[in-house]
Amino acid sequence: MKSIQQFFLTVIVLACTLTSSLLNAAEVTRGAMLANSCAACHGTDGKSPGSIPAIYGKPASYLAKALMDFRDGKRPSTVMGRHAKAYSDEEIKLIADFFTR
Amino acid sequence: MNKLTRRDFIKFSGSLGAYSACAGLVSSLSACASKEKKLARVVIIGGGFGGASCAKYLHRFAPDVDITLIERDKQYITCPFSNMVLGGIRDMASITHGYNKLASSYAINIMHDAVTAIDPVAKTVTTAGSGSVQYDRLVVSPGIGFRWDQIEGYDATISQRVAHAWKAGPQTALLRKQLMAMDDGGTVIVAPPANPFRCPPGPYERVSMMAHYLTHNKPKSKILILDAKDKFSKQPLFMQGWDALYPGMIEWVKGTAGGIVSGIDVKTNELVNELGDRFKGDVINLIPPQKAGVLAHIAGLVDKTGWCPVNQRTFESKIHQHVHVIGDACIAGKMPKSGFAANSQGKVCAAAIAASLGGYDMPDPSYVNTCYSLVAPDYGISVAAVYKVSNETIVKVEGSGGVSPKDADAIFRQQEAVYGAGWYDSITSDMFT
Ligand SMILES: Cc1cc2nc3c(=O)[nH]c(=O)nc-3n(C[C@H](O)[C@H](O)[C@H](O)COP(=O)(O)OP(=O)(O)OC[C@H]3O[C@@H](n4cnc5c(N)ncnc54)[C@H](O)[C@@H]3O)c2cc1C
Repeated sequence: MKSIQQFFLTVIVLACTLTSSLLNAAEVTRGAMLANSCAACHGTDGKSPGSIPAIYGKPASYLAKALMDFRDGKRPSTVMGRHAKAYSDEEIKLIADFFTR
Repeated sequence: MNKLTRRDFIKFSGSLGAYSACAGLVSSLSACASKEKKLARVVIIGGGFGGASCAKYLHRFAPDVDITLIERDKQYITCPFSNMVLGGIRDMASITHGYNKLASSYAINIMHDAVTAIDPVAKTVTTAGSGSVQYDRLVVSPGIGFRWDQIEGYDATISQRVAHAWKAGPQTALLRKQLMAMDDGGTVIVAPPANPFRCPPGPYERVSMMAHYLTHNKPKSKILILDAKDKFSKQPLFMQGWDALYPGMIEWVKGTAGGIVSGIDVKTNELVNELGDRFKGDVINLIPPQKAGVLAHIAGLVDKTGWCPVNQRTFESKIHQHVHVIGDACIAGKMPKSGFAANSQGKVCAAAIAASLGGYDMPDPSYVNTCYSLVAPDYGISVAAVYKVSNETIVKVEGSGGVSPKDADAIFRQQEAVYGAGWYDSITSDMFT
């Protein structure tokens, strides 16, 4: 009997996960179009599993300043300067907001 | 099993009640999330860098879409970092990945089967094992195929003895075994193909990793590169590294100087160039010219170049409606054929499909590529760029990107080696977890 109960509990948990994932559909915004590219190095949503700094949940002001400083050569980097040069101030703000969520 | 007691029964029906309440909520939510009553069904063929990334991000953008990923193999062995297996600094297990998390965390139906045909009119996909599958939108990410006819005497069967190792797995293991069996003082020949091909810096990273292994184990050996091209990706950086770390070991013959290989003589272990000159190798790594994966050809998704023309904003085929092609197989403007690029394209394609099914416009896309290469275990170099669509083709965002500086110090090179490994951890988790 236990196993049947466990089964239904699992079903409920699954169903509720599904419900919350429906509520949490990632919106197809310009910010997402820009920021999803970052995941290849910084991990999905900026949660890096390895040696590259995580950017998930960092304050938007911090991220925006870092990107602008990389872009403008005020902050040294290996590759971030080469990336940041692609983005306008406005695009940098969208990217920073994305990871702050 | 025990008999059902009254108490159990109450608990049991209680669970059922909660379950049906929750299920009701789910179905009403699904109903308002999608206008149609029937869930849209997206089938994705190929669970590599393009297909796996597309599947996961499509679920994130449109959780109510029914997603099926069809992949021939149970495990995916990445080409990225397979050169490090050849160099002896990684093992095969560390570059092998599975599909369990895509199924459990993102509700993606994983079908391990080989697709044999696509019918774009009936909107069905036929597999070798389980008949046909219906789709509303199809994504095809089959990787590359080889143009065996361009090299006389070479084919899939011969490649079981003379490896290309341009798809990772048994081919990587074969080449590694041959390298380890070679005597000190032997000659390894690496023959990279003409453009366009999968991973432009890949052959030169491979040469670097082989040189690392040989320098430490068989220092009298030589590596001869017979190149179909006159220049290659990150060339000044690679050559600078080779001069510093492996002096005298590597010789590069460019295409117009006799580097274009047009045949192989397996009996004598010789490669033959266009002029008829013969080059004997103790180990030969012959990387043939390439085209879109065989499935793209079977499905009539290619043009006369042998690659797949697509709308470069949405990756929808220019030949068949509602079929998208991503990754190495597609023509993607200025983007190189890399795993990073395929991952980036997979996400844009996912957004395009979510927008199309949801009936809204997709914002302007943005794409990125970065290719790290190891010249030695603690010596990394990179090339990077950000891309956008302009006049219907993917172009570099002006002023962005470029290669690592030529005058960087040892610490910089070491940092790029560390970040290269970090990239590998991140992108494989972005695809598979
Ligand atoms: C030595 C080497 C090193 C590399 N290093 C890097 C690197 O450092 N960084 C980088 O970004 N890129 C690198 N690459 C390039 C990268 O591997 C490719 O660009 C990438 O794999 C392309 O992804 P894809 O989805 O187009 O194809 P793939 O990753 O090849 O995926 C295609 C999948 O489709 C499946 N498939 C094909 N046909 C069928 C069918 N009919 N039915 C079912 N399944 C099918 C295959 O089994 C496969 O799993 C390297 C490549 C090589 C060879």
